[in-house]
Amino acid sequence: MAMPSSLLWAVDIFGRVYTLSTVGQYWELCKDTQLEFKRVSAVKQCCWGIACDHQVYTYVFSGDVPIRYQEETYENQRWNPVGGFCEKLLPSDRWQWSDVSGLKHQQLDSFTLPSPHWEWESDWYVDENIGGEPTEKGGWTYAIDFPSTYTKDKRWNSCVRRRRWIRYRRYKSRDVWAKIVSQDEPDQLPDPFNDISIGGWEITDEPLGRLSVWAVSLQGRVWYRENVCHHNPEGSTWSLVTTPGEVVQISCGPYDLLWATLWEGQAIVREGIDRNNPQGISWSIVESPSSENGIMHVSVGVDVVWCVTKDRKVWFRRGVNSHNPCGTSWIEMVGEMMMVTVGLNNQVWGIGCDDRAIYFRQGVTPSELSGKTWKAIVSGRESDRSQTGSSTSLLSAGCFFTDDIQNQTSAVIQGDADPSSDTELPTSPASTALLGAAAAGDGPASQADTSARLPVDPLHAEQGEATAASARNDKDNLDMNKPPGNPNPSAELQWINIDLKEAQKHPVLSVSSFADTSSLSSLGAFSVGAEDQYGADEHPLWAWVSGGGCLVDLHSPLKWFSAPSGLSSSVQSLSLSITPAQTAAWRKQIFQQLSERTKRELENFRHYEQAIEQSVWVKTGALQWWRNWKPHKWMDVRVALEQFTGSDGMRDSILFIYYMYHEEKKYIHVFLNEVTIIVEVLNEAKHSFALYTPERTKQRWPIRLAAATEQEMHDWLSLLNMSCCESRRIQGPPSHHAIWSVTCKGDIFVSEPSPELEAGPQQMPCDQMFWRQVGGHLRLIESNSRGVVWGIGHDHTAWLYTGGYGGGFIQGLASSADNIYTQSDVKCVYIYENQRWNPVTGYSSRGLPTDRYMWSDASGLQECTKTNTKPPSPQWSWVSDWYIDFSAAGGTDREGWQYAADFPASYHGHKTMKDFVRRRRWARKCKIVTNGPWLEVPPVTLWDISIIPSSDADDEEAVALWAISDKGDVLCRLGVTQQNPAGTSWLHVGTDQPFISISIGAFYQVWAIARDGSAFYRGSVSPNKPAGDCWYHIPSPQKQKLKQVSVGRTSVFVLDKNGNLWYRQGITPSYPQGSAWDHVSNNIRKMSVGPLDQVWVIADKVQGSHSLSCGTVCHRTGVQPLEPKGLSWDYGIGGGWEHITVRGNATEASRGAVPDTTEENPAASKEGEDEESKGKTEHSKTPLMVSESQELDRNSVNC
Amino acid sequence: MTDDKDVLRDVWFGRIPTCFTLYQDEITEREAEPYYLLLPRISYLTLVTDKVKKHFQKVMRQEEVSEIWFEYEGTPLKWHYPIGLLFDLHASNTALPWSITVHFKNFPEKDLLHCHSKDVIEAHFMACIKEADALKHKSQVINEMQKKDHKQLWMGLQNDKFEQFWAINRKLMEYPPEDNGFRYIPFRIYQATTERPFIQKLFRPIASGGQLHTLGDLLKDVCPSAITPKDGEQKTQVMIHGIEPMLETPIQWLSEHMSYPDNFLHISIIPRPTD
Repeated sequence: MAMPSSLLWAVDIFGRVYTLSTVGQYWELCKDTQLEFKRVSAVKQCCWGIACDHQVYTYVFSGDVPIRYQEETYENQRWNPVGGFCEKLLPSDRWQWSDVSGLKHQQLDSFTLPSPHWEWESDWYVDENIGGEPTEKGGWTYAIDFPSTYTKDKRWNSCVRRRRWIRYRRYKSRDVWAKIVSQDEPDQLPDPFNDISIGGWEITDEPLGRLSVWAVSLQGRVWYRENVCHHNPEGSTWSLVTTPGEVVQISCGPYDLLWATLWEGQAIVREGIDRNNPQGISWSIVESPSSENGIMHVSVGVDVVWCVTKDRKVWFRRGVNSHNPCGTSWIEMVGEMMMVTVGLNNQVWGIGCDDRAIYFRQGVTPSELSGKTWKAIVSGRESDRSQTGSSTSLLSAGCFFTDDIQNQTSAVIQGDADPSSDTELPTSPASTALLGAAAAGDGPASQADTSARLPVDPLHAEQGEATAASARNDKDNLDMNKPPGNPNPSAELQWINIDLKEAQKHPVLSVSSFADTSSLSSLGAFSVGAEDQYGADEHPLWAWVSGGGCLVDLHSPLKWFSAPSGLSSSVQSLSLSITPAQTAAWRKQIFQQLSERTKRELENFRHYEQAIEQSVWVKTGALQWWRNWKPHKWMDVRVALEQFTGSDGMRDSILFIYYMYHEEKKYIHVFLNEVTIIVEVLNEAKHSFALYTPERTKQRWPIRLAAATEQEMHDWLSLLNMSCCESRRIQGPPSHHAIWSVTCKGDIFVSEPSPELEAGPQQMPCDQMFWRQVGGHLRLIESNSRGVVWGIGHDHTAWLYTGGYGGGFIQGLASSADNIYTQSDVKCVYIYENQRWNPVTGYSSRGLPTDRYMWSDASGLQECTKTNTKPPSPQWSWVSDWYIDFSAAGGTDREGWQYAADFPASYHGHKTMKDFVRRRRWARKCKIVTNGPWLEVPPVTLWDISIIPSSDADDEEAVALWAISDKGDVLCRLGVTQQNPAGTSWLHVGTDQPFISISIGAFYQVWAIARDGSAFYRGSVSPNKPAGDCWYHIPSPQKQKLKQVSVGRTSVFVLDKNGNLWYRQGITPSYPQGSAWDHVSNNIRKMSVGPLDQVWVIADKVQGSHSLSCGTVCHRTGVQPLEPKGLSWDYGIGGGWEHITVRGNATEASRGAVPDTTEENPAASKEGEDEESKGKTEHSKTPLMVSESQELDRNSVNC
Repeated sequence: MTDDKDVLRDVWFGRIPTCFTLYQDEITEREAEPYYLLLPRISYLTLVTDKVKKHFQKVMRQEEVSEIWFEYEGTPLKWHYPIGLLFDLHASNTALPWSITVHFKNFPEKDLLHCHSKDVIEAHFMACIKEADALKHKSQVINEMQKKDHKQLWMGLQNDKFEQFWAINRKLMEYPPEDNGFRYIPFRIYQATTERPFIQKLFRPIASGGQLHTLGDLLKDVCPSAITPKDGEQKTQVMIHGIEPMLETPIQWLSEHMSYPDNFLHISIIPRPTD
């Protein structure tokens, strides 16, 4: 299973591009090896590079989701009495073929592919879905005139009509280096490029995937590539950015930092980069740290800047932040590097100047941004690995050299036409002699004086490196000696990568003559073999490294620093193949002997007395309790958990709470086998949790306790959880039928359903369900009864359930030893900046005395300023700074403000005359790192997911799984089986708009909801055709905008944005889309329909729960084959619940199988019930007891 | 498929049936009946013999009673060794129940330590745990724990509470992911036949090449006489917790799963019974 990882990119001195994964151990050669490169600059999703032909290339990773761009054009027609609707338009009309506004002429055939890297997916076709409503055949929409509101109905006064044609083009050059084709006029073309740096994706989210691409040309000019984004990976044009001097190198950070190096040795810093000006506005100059040695190389991160001066010293820039991108001063660092690069979370890599190895800066933490020490990455190359194991079998160097005389003259010098450093470019074939040492091994005696040495850039020799000098000298010697049969120069040509020296061309020699050497098996083998001459430990030599796409997680260890020697790893693998048999042997023997010992020592002596009696184990502590009587407040209590073994050997526990009531000592006690759930409650001031029993669930009045520290609370939660599970004899992982739920806080709970939960004469009340917590933090979970369980985090990461249990704060024996992994989630915390308009100063933060706080939460009732707002709990930590959130519902203006007539009201993004207040939403990302039985499933981030519900009788191998990515693409996961629940790959199912909800039923009925609120049914989905064939648009009930769909065995339910639950009537095998919608209930925020067609929901407001608590789990009772909508509701745990899935529970009642009722038309038999069920929205069979405190209870469980 | 955790339970709940008899020279008022008890292998004699003391003190005169001590076939039993170790070392392969003689007089100062109260046992127990952690983790894990965690270890042992004990002890059995085991293995090898009390040396669980060292490697290194067969026949048994693990068993696994509660692997080398 793929682990989440990111890549470090590097180019070796031969121009080969490698990547090193954060979970890997070897450098892997880039997939496209056609070109040699000088520079690369990487981000997560792609990498830009400058090849040795000085052209810019981009490498976009292939993924399961294609890059598609929709081209559209409108065909406009006007009605005239003669020809009806036709293409004859009035002269004042718009073009017959135009864009949506009518102003641009866009003929069908005028659309061309923007570059050779795109291809058309299909031909032009008419869009038959306008605004969520299907149009008539032909896709025409009618209106009185251009422009106006178009409708799909032709009216008597419709004089014009138009229809939209769409065509998709797809970016096809993925996993290859795609040349950036310049379409500018020749005089606008930039000269060949020298350096490139990409970044800037954090500046704004729009458009999706936008990148800033900066490049430096050979003449020292700086160019910016416009419009690089997800659906336009190549960008459109280069625009020149003036600079105060000649620039030789540039570095762009993820956010708004941009530094460049001038030829003279100073650095320049771009000011004014923000979302409105991604190119920035002006430059400032920063002097080099040392007066004699100018800056040679600079690299920036989010808020750190590193540089290397000409004397190879490394410097860290202090004081860099958004307001002051220039920083304040330089600090010298230990170490001498050729270059440095800053990675995604300010991690730093450098290339050592002596050994050309890549070093990683250890100890970089948010508080210690300059790190502590350089550590060398000793990972070898993938190609080396396969060879080192057989290093002993490596043929002697002589085998690589034959007596063939290779024709040196065929060597092509690519790239620069003017090798200025021709001093180092010998015209003789012997120039290649880099691997001369290889030949030296057993070449002619004339080369005997050369010893193994590193292939070194001859330019290096200028910097006075001894090795280089000697190499050069030796090379010169070799050049002199040219015995006829000298295999050395003929062996191969190596081309040398450029050093960082500015304005120097480098000689590029191709390796094309390689192909001529008949004695070589392959290029790779040769080079590896040759380098092996230097010893198996010789590392690759690097010329450039880019960390812009590499995220080093401080928690997970890297395997880069210890080299498993090829031999021992093979020995290990050998021993591993032996040990399974052996481990079985010694372990078996131990188990066997232990049981023999028990028999021997205990069997005949059971009547003996035990030396230690079983005593009652008591754990006591001091906590706080939200007391039962008014005025409600926290009071100190003593708590004791007593565990005792009963006479029948069963263990039971009681929790005692001792308190003082009017000077009297009193206590309350709870039997732990009655506790149904213990859940952590989000509370500003206290670390508190709530304990529920069935009775307390009904009353919505749990026992609330609070601990002084988070650790103490977790200790108690862990202990109480364990004791509850023990007293209910629950241990081990949840079964495949388990019901999973997620609270608003993100905590995960799982419950084992009893067979009586869904069927049987007396359905078990759901307030008796026992929930235990599982580690992790997610937004939703979906399952099915075959044990395939997936979760999605708030940051849209997809997680796969590993089958473990426990995790999080649940430690020790209550947690499975394996299958628990680190899990993290990122979510946003929002605060609002509120302002009121007054005639004197306009909008200001001074409001009316009755107004909300000027910095507040969403409701306006709590003051939340940037400084006093903390992450939700100590487990969370900030991972970003406060930023203006432009995506607030209702829209915002360019500065992020939303306007309204007054607080609170509905906000809109543009200011009108009547808007007296405005607010701006600020967001800050915080991250939690916990652990749980979850493994990340990279790389696609998801919004929704659905797994086919199976019955126990199914024995289908493949499990159908559909999902929606967070961009709204519909995906189908292939290769999911019980043994491999993660599946293998995603299949993209094309849609014309983003989707938001998806569900697949037991018979492969796939229903989905699009972003505009309309419903779709996917036809012909089957195991042979996992993606079906086409979408059918289903009109929504009563013009409601839908937001969720769930399909059980045969029942289809949808939920609209106003909380109404609808049931699809009229579904038959021949007409699976059904015919009409039946209203079932309102007040619902989420629902789940299971394989027995059972319906569970999260309700909004439930009697007994307080106004602020959201989300109570409810169970639809009375659901029968003849009664699929059920009759009434049973109330379960809540409030504070966000999501539930019952799709794993296929446990059928013991008596009588579930009959096949798919074909029945429920509409006929249910007319009578419709009225009833409409009225019975919240009527419960069991009257809820109203708790005495209906007023605002600040300690209720809320989101 | 049996889980490794079952080994922990089996080790913890091991019991030795014992018969306590009062030394005949002790002065009693009445006939002292022998007392039968199941002793936990993992505990210490003076911790679990309150009942024995009470039983015999009932028949003795008050003034005759001083500190209790135990011996087996003439050998005074060191209370600070775990019971299972004492049995394996001195009395394994003998008929059960184990016959221990109880003394109240003539405390053998040269052979035994005094044990006036449970605090002495606790101090000794904690000292062993700390020493073991010093070997395993350079004392980092034990020092990071709070006082109440140390207390919980002791209470778990004293009250025979498996979960209570292992809730804390599991932390002492962890190691950083980049290593494959502990720094050194805490072990002691006992031989009834030699003079010195035990062998304890520094021993790494992982070889430099990355392979796991086995029990055989350990013995070869520190006590080769134990396993090199003289005249071709294996004369000794290597016993831990009453069983004889194969010499190929990884020592890291043994340390994690078959240590005593004091986190040491107490290994007995005893002569093999001839029958």
